[in-house]
Amino acid sequence: MADRELTMAAAISEAIAQEMENDEKVFVMGEDVAKYGGIFGATGGLLDKFGAERVMDTPISETAFIGAATGAAAEGMRPIVELMFVDFFGVCMDQIYNHMAKNTYMSGGNVNLPVVLTTAIGGGYNDAAQHSQCLYSIFAHIPGLKIVVPSNAYDAKGLMIQAIRDDNPVMYFFHKGIMGLPWMAYFTGSTNHVPEESYTIPFGQAKIVQEGTDVTLVTLSQMVHKSTAAAEKLAQDGISVEIIDLRTLVPLDKDTVLNSVRKTGRLCIADEDYLSFGLSGEIAALVAENFDSVKLNSPVKRLAVPDVPIPYSRPLEQTVIPQVEHIESIVRQMMN
Amino acid sequence: MEPTKEHLLWMYEQMLVIRNFEETMVNVYLEGKLPPDIQDGLAFDIGSGLVPGEMHLAAGQEPVAVGSCVHLTDNDTITGTHRPHHFAIAKGISLNPLAAEMFGKVTGLGRGKGGHMHLFSLDKKFGCSGIVGAGMPQACGAALAAKKQGKDWVAVTFFGEGAANQGSFHESLNLAAIWNLPVIFICEDNKYAISVTRDESTAIANNADRAVGYGIPGVRVENNDAVEVYDVVGEAVARARRGAGPSLIEVNTDRYLGHFQGDAEAYRPENEVNSLRENDPIDRLQQQLKDGGMSDEEDNQIKERTKAAVQEAYTFARESAYPDASEASLHVFV
Repeated sequence: MADRELTMAAAISEAIAQEMENDEKVFVMGEDVAKYGGIFGATGGLLDKFGAERVMDTPISETAFIGAATGAAAEGMRPIVELMFVDFFGVCMDQIYNHMAKNTYMSGGNVNLPVVLTTAIGGGYNDAAQHSQCLYSIFAHIPGLKIVVPSNAYDAKGLMIQAIRDDNPVMYFFHKGIMGLPWMAYFTGSTNHVPEESYTIPFGQAKIVQEGTDVTLVTLSQMVHKSTAAAEKLAQDGISVEIIDLRTLVPLDKDTVLNSVRKTGRLCIADEDYLSFGLSGEIAALVAENFDSVKLNSPVKRLAVPDVPIPYSRPLEQTVIPQVEHIESIVRQMMN
Repeated sequence: MEPTKEHLLWMYEQMLVIRNFEETMVNVYLEGKLPPDIQDGLAFDIGSGLVPGEMHLAAGQEPVAVGSCVHLTDNDTITGTHRPHHFAIAKGISLNPLAAEMFGKVTGLGRGKGGHMHLFSLDKKFGCSGIVGAGMPQACGAALAAKKQGKDWVAVTFFGEGAANQGSFHESLNLAAIWNLPVIFICEDNKYAISVTRDESTAIANNADRAVGYGIPGVRVENNDAVEVYDVVGEAVARARRGAGPSLIEVNTDRYLGHFQGDAEAYRPENEVNSLRENDPIDRLQQQLKDGGMSDEEDNQIKERTKAAVQEAYTFARESAYPDASEASLHVFV
């Protein structure tokens, strides 16, 4: 079926299932991952295929079960463990950043920790300040964690299989608003063609979603689809936008970003995480560090959540989370 | 469970190694940290000397380590604490790389990148952490891995009585209980969480009683005694191996030295340590062995052997090279 389309949720669970078939050391645990299939569908159908020994519902004890994933990985297992919302990392961060991220290094490379930690990110559906954040930059800041943030089903499957086969801890962030859930509006570009066979997408390779000549728009996750919609409108006025989907933050594909900005001479970053001290600043710094080979025709622009908690009220939420019209507007400013 | 003579001798010798290792470190640690070798105006400089950084020593707590590890094999996993040397030695980690890690040398367990609180051995299935209470979830994971692979291996997680008030303790006990994991939770009650006493921090007198809340056995070992620990831990390990699930054990033990070296210990009653040392667990086991027929000559041989092994380890650590600067970017992707 050359035209088979899957939601991102289905693509992720298919990737996990294929790896579980290949390798009996792969197993899944987390809150509501078994009978429910994951609150956002990332583990849908796995319990029926593999049984409760390999798809394990846990108590609401993130420190215990995420720490257990590290402990099981140290013994040669390949756990996939879900933190239901990234916003909940506050109850278990020690196990993530002080142990999962560091034990390989502190052991002088003796201990491998092939853990995939999946987690849901993003707002836009009025879940307010404790259930709408992205926060991937916090984890990208910590040495020892690979950071994967897919934007569509095809990439989600290939990146998940890559993640499961990696011998390092990988954090895999799926945006709720592109999972293709039957109960949440989503961007159609995220549900796309997914081959049935197993395949991988290497980490550290950004994708040029569309080529352009006037402005480089660096983005990721759901914001890719907002960027595409904005670029269509801008094209009607003759503004050519090159959209780069980073796909992974760690490792970061610096070359693709720099080569694009060398070509366009303009850089805009569209991010759903917080503005300050995060992804958008990192990309801007990358370009600034390469001014010997990059010439800008206009100042760098950054679109992100403007350093406020995500408000509940619909009009407020839609104001602070960058939308299609915000992207369109800022790119027009850059061309003036 | 009664120890064989062979087990008694093993525990005695291991306790001597540990005590010797720790007491040697007391002096080595001070090298280069006192005037006139340090900056004017300081009485002590933690970052100077051969072994810089914090140093938490376990002299006095040997019975917990030897009475537990005597029941374990290389297939069993241990997670230790920020005060981990006694566990590491009793689990069979070689003294040379152990000492070298503390000196930050490339011959150390972690090529000098972990230091004394972060010791890892794949061969001996040993790990520890500088974070209070952090080892318990990981021990659950090791036990889960054993169970998934159909092995009768167990995981033992050691922690202090201060860690029994961490969330990880309660989450891990519950997880181990509902999944019937082969984990033995062993609490070292040395009565002090740095300076805060057990009475000030804990609402009940006996942490083993907390096992009731998770539907698993809980036993307190009232004396800092290797044979008593042997008995109780032996039962718990056997129980875990036969698939009967986790146990919680608390051992009343004694910390002879400060929380870390350089601790003025103003919070401790005067002469507390002196009176503890009068009832030393190594002396007691020595007497028991002598009563059972160990000759003075045999005893002296053991003492000489352990002393030589520790001396060799410290010499090895001193003479080893530091890692090349390029090692800083190895063992993590960048």
